[in-house]
Amino acid sequence: MSAWSEFSKGIWTQNPVLRLLLGLCPPLAVTTSAKDAVGMGLSAAFVLVMSNLVVSLLRRTIPDRVRLPAYIVIIACFVTIVDMVLKAYVTDLHKSLGLFIPLIVVNCIILGRAEAFASKNPPVLSMLDGLGMGLGNTLALLAVGTVREILGNGTFFGLPVLSSVMEPVLLFVLPPGAFLTLGFLIAGMNRLERRHAHG
Amino acid sequence: MAEMNLVMLVIFAIFINNVLFSRFLGTCPYLGVSKQISTAMGMGAAVIFVITLAAAITWPIQKLVLDPLDMGYLQTITFILIIAALVQFVEIVMKKTVPGLYQALGIYLPLITTNCAVLGVAIININEKLSYVQALVFSAASAVGFTLALLLFAGIRERLALRRIPRDFAGVPIGLVVAGLLAMAFMGFAGLKF
Repeated sequence: MSAWSEFSKGIWTQNPVLRLLLGLCPPLAVTTSAKDAVGMGLSAAFVLVMSNLVVSLLRRTIPDRVRLPAYIVIIACFVTIVDMVLKAYVTDLHKSLGLFIPLIVVNCIILGRAEAFASKNPPVLSMLDGLGMGLGNTLALLAVGTVREILGNGTFFGLPVLSSVMEPVLLFVLPPGAFLTLGFLIAGMNRLERRHAHG
Repeated sequence: MAEMNLVMLVIFAIFINNVLFSRFLGTCPYLGVSKQISTAMGMGAAVIFVITLAAAITWPIQKLVLDPLDMGYLQTITFILIIAALVQFVEIVMKKTVPGLYQALGIYLPLITTNCAVLGVAIININEKLSYVQALVFSAASAVGFTLALLLFAGIRERLALRRIPRDFAGVPIGLVVAGLLAMAFMGFAGLKF
């Protein structure tokens, strides 16, 4: 039960982007297409799971005073691994995510989970927490990416879906569309949550 | 970008390619600290200071240490450690030498380590192959652009506090919608030709 709830909380009730409002840069920046969004989400999820594991294993070793720099180094190592792997095997994804791969280091979701969860919990639970948060983040990115790609480009994962219904609204793949889409998604989440709370 | 002269670079960084509205760097502090114009000013000043200083240090490190040793893959780790150490250092020095300024900026300084604009701009300087002077000017101008965005939003937010906002939009969602409208306004600068 508790292992399941550690995993599942990140996906809906404590979704890092849509509920906790952490790490809002990637959902704005790399969601012009659903494919980029998923690529970014999975990269961040890998870093999150691995850094949670290592932080949790070292939680009794790292002195309290230097814990934040230590966490940052651990996270930066895994980000570098992701960067090199993407560059070697999926070059076009690496190109379109660009700057935002190294910036996973400063994503507050990852440092936040290391500090709030992995530094106090055993390795397996920490990995489950990281996996749940990572998937929740990926779903949020995918939601933003789906809306923006369909409305802005008329495609979904590169397949045309809007061609005969309406002209694509270019605004949605431009920066303002990112802010508007995310704003409305978070407001929608608030509404669902409020309805749920009222029964 | 490397072929622009310095004046163009400044206009480009502040208006045309604003670090927040078109590059999406620094969204967290933008939504977090811009409740009042005075705190936005404090944060903005701290960011201008740290981004410029970080660029001044990371650029030589990349060109004189990482590139000659062919260790470009250590860029992420090196830069984030430099920035974290720098922020700590600036905090200690300011506390001893300019207590007044420290009092004003104090609480914003630690937050800057995880402001992705700092690391982002440092990496853009390298990716765009800017010269040292260009990198310094571009970094300072980007930070000024960030401050401008912060101030604009803080001004709007002070007014929003007095209005009735649909309950589901209160807080961050309305902030994002406002940012979207501001980003649309900034897109107007995209037509500027030199």
